[in-house]
Amino acid sequence: MNRAALLVLADGRFPAGGHAHSGGAEPAVAAGRIRDAESLENFCRGRLHTAGLVAAALAAAAAAGHDPLALDRAADARTPVAALRDTARKLGRQMMRAARATWPSAELDALATARPRGAHQPVVLGVAARSAGLEPLDAAYAAVYETVSGPATATVRLLSLDPFDATTVLARLVPELDRVAETATATARRVAEEGIDVLPAASAPLLDISAQQHATRPARLFAS
Amino acid sequence: MHLGHDLDEKFPHRHTYSAPATERPDGSRRALRIGLGGPVGSGKTATVAALCRALRTEVSIAVVTNDIYTREDADFLLREAVLPPERIKAVETGACPHTAIRDDISANLEAVEDLEEMSGSLDLILVESGGDNLTATFSKGLVDNQIFIIDVAGGDDIPRKGGPGVATADLLVVNKTDLAPYVGSDVDAMAHDARAQRGDLPVAFTSLKEEGGIKPVADWVRERLTDWSAGPA
Amino acid sequence: MSPTTAPAPPIGRNTAAMGVRATARVTAAARAGATVLPVLDGDGPFEFRRLRSRGTEARVCVVGAMSAPLGGDRLRIEATARQGASLHITSAAATLALRGPTAAHATYDVHLTVAEHAELRWLPKPLISAAGSNLRQTWTIDLAPTARLVLREEQVLGRMGEPPGHVATRLTVRRGGHVLLDQEADYGPGAPGWDTPAVLGHHRTTGQILLVDPDFDENPREPQVLTESPEDGQAVLTPLAGPATLITALAPDGLRLRHILNAAYSTSADGSNRARK
Repeated sequence: MNRAALLVLADGRFPAGGHAHSGGAEPAVAAGRIRDAESLENFCRGRLHTAGLVAAALAAAAAAGHDPLALDRAADARTPVAALRDTARKLGRQMMRAARATWPSAELDALATARPRGAHQPVVLGVAARSAGLEPLDAAYAAVYETVSGPATATVRLLSLDPFDATTVLARLVPELDRVAETATATARRVAEEGIDVLPAASAPLLDISAQQHATRPARLFAS
Repeated sequence: MHLGHDLDEKFPHRHTYSAPATERPDGSRRALRIGLGGPVGSGKTATVAALCRALRTEVSIAVVTNDIYTREDADFLLREAVLPPERIKAVETGACPHTAIRDDISANLEAVEDLEEMSGSLDLILVESGGDNLTATFSKGLVDNQIFIIDVAGGDDIPRKGGPGVATADLLVVNKTDLAPYVGSDVDAMAHDARAQRGDLPVAFTSLKEEGGIKPVADWVRERLTDWSAGPA
Repeated sequence: MSPTTAPAPPIGRNTAAMGVRATARVTAAARAGATVLPVLDGDGPFEFRRLRSRGTEARVCVVGAMSAPLGGDRLRIEATARQGASLHITSAAATLALRGPTAAHATYDVHLTVAEHAELRWLPKPLISAAGSNLRQTWTIDLAPTARLVLREEQVLGRMGEPPGHVATRLTVRRGGHVLLDQEADYGPGAPGWDTPAVLGHHRTTGQILLVDPDFDENPREPQVLTESPEDGQAVLTPLAGPATLITALAPDGLRLRHILNAAYSTSADGSNRARK
C-alpha cells in the first residue's frame, strides 16, 4: 500500500511534459467545438470514454506487470493517427525521464533501453505506477484523470475560461472517471487469461482528425 | 540521505540528463549549458545569434529555443544560418514559457539529450527561454549558468525593481544601449541600480547593432567554458 | 405493442422472432493467370452475384435477399483470397440495420482472409443504422505478410431526419499474426460520449478506407490533411505503425462522405487506380 504516491504521479505539476499539451482541446477550441464550460465537459466526456478508456486499460495492464513492449505494440495498433503516436511517444519519453528520477526501477530501465525514443505514455505511466508501489487501479485513475484534466487546464488558458468553471467540469465527471477506471482495470485483469487483444480499442474520429490537422499548424500554443 | 546515495549508485542521475550530472552516459564531460532569459523583445534571440557567430569557430555549439506559440525563434536562427539546422531544436511550451524552463523541464532535457546524441561532442548548448516576465528563471536542473537580458527601452527602472532574473542571474545583460538617448533611459542609473541589486555579479552593456557589440557577453561565456573544462569530472 | 402498430413482417423471413442465422462464404483462388471462385455460397440475406472479371481480378457483388440485419439476427460473411488470388467484393445496396420485431441486438461479422501475394478489396455500400436498430458489427481480417487489402467502411447514423440507431463496431486487422489496427466505435443511443466534440460532434456519417500493402514498408505515406470544412466534412490520411495507410473521414451526410473518400482514394491510391466502385 503506497497510495499517496498516486497523488504525486497524478499531480498536474509532476514534471513529465504534460503542461505543453492540450489533449486535443486547442484544435477543438480553434474549430469552435469547445466554446464554454458545457462544451468542454462534453469534450472531456467523449475523450474519457474513448482515448481515456484505452489509456487507462493500457496503464492498468502495465502496472499489473504485463509485458510493456507487447502493450506498446497494442497501443500502436490502437493509435492509427501518426500525430497521436508521435505525441504518445514524446510524452512517454518525458514520463520515463521523470519516473526514473522519482521511482527508479529495473523495469523502467529495461523499457527505456528497449524504447529510447519513448514508449506510449500510458504504458510508461503504468510501469511508473508499478515502480511507485501502486496498484493497476491507481494507474488507471492517473490515466483517466489526466485525460480530462489536460484539456480542462488548456481550455482555461485558451478561452480564459473561469478556472472555477473548469474545475467544476472535472468534479462533475467524477462518477464517470470512477466507472471508466474500474472498467479499464477489470478489462486489464482479463489479459492474463485472454491475452492483450482483450484490451479496449475505443476510437474518436474527431480527436484523430483534429490531431493531424493540429500537427500541421504553424502557430499553436500547445504541442498537441 | 543514505537511501538517496544508494539509488544514485544503482540508478545514476545521468539518465535524466539533468544538469547536476556532468557526464554523458559514455563518461565524457557533457556540454556546458547556458540559459538566456528575459522579457519579450529584449533581444534574446539576437543575442543567441550573435553568440553563435562569435563562438562557432572556437567551440561546437547547439541551441534550444522555447517559443511561445510558433517556431519563430528557431526559424529566425535557421534563416540567419548561424548554425546548421540539426544544431537547433525548438521546444513547445503550452502557453507557459516559464514552466518549460523552471517547473517542468522534461521537454527541454529531451531536446538537450537529442542534441548531445546527434551532434557527438558539443561544447556549449544555449537554451533560450520564450519571452516572459521578470520572475522567470531557469531551473538548476536544466542549465549550469544563466544570462538575463533586459534592454534600455523596456524602462530604466527595471534594475531598480529587481526580481529573480535581474538579481540572481549569473550575468545581467542590458541591451540596446544605443537607444538610450532616444527613449530617455539613464544607463548610468541602470548600472548603479543593477550593482545595488546584484552585488558582485557581473553586468554587461551591449548594443548588438554595433560591430563587436556582443563581445562582453561572448567573453563571459568563454570564461564559463574555461571553468567548465577545468571543473571536477 | 398492438398488432396494428407492429412492424410488417420483413420480406423473405419466416421466423421473425428468432432472427436469422446465416453464414455466407466466398473463396477466390488463382488459376492460370486468373482468379476463380471455388466457393460462392450465399446464405440468408446474402446472395452473391458474379460480375465480369477485370484483368486477373474476380469480382463479386453481395445482393440483399431480404431485409437485414434486424434485431436478433446473427449474420456472417467469410471471404478468402487464397495465395496469389485477387478478389473484389462490392454490394448492390446500402445495408440497412433496422429495429425488427425485438429490441435485441443483431450481429454482423465479416471475416476476411488474404493469403501470400493475394489481394482483397472489400468495398461495400454504406451501413445505415436506422432509428431503433441495435447492431454489433465486426471486421476480423487476417493478412499474410505479402497480402494486400483495400477496405472501405462507411456508417450513416440514422436515415434522413431520424435519430440514429445504436451501432457498435470493432475492426481488427492482423498481419503476419500481429495486430496492425484495432479500432472500436460505439455510436447512438446508450453509447457514452459519442455525440461530443471529441468523437463525432454534429457529424452523422463517418467512414474510412484502409490500404495495406507491403510496398508501404519501403515508401510509407506522409500524413496529410485532406479536407477540413464544416460544410463538406473533414478527412486526414495517415500511415499506420506498419505498411498501411488509413483515410478517416467525417461528413454531414452520406453523399459528401462518399465524395471525400473517393477523392481521397483517387489522390492517395497507388496509381493503379484500385477500388473505384
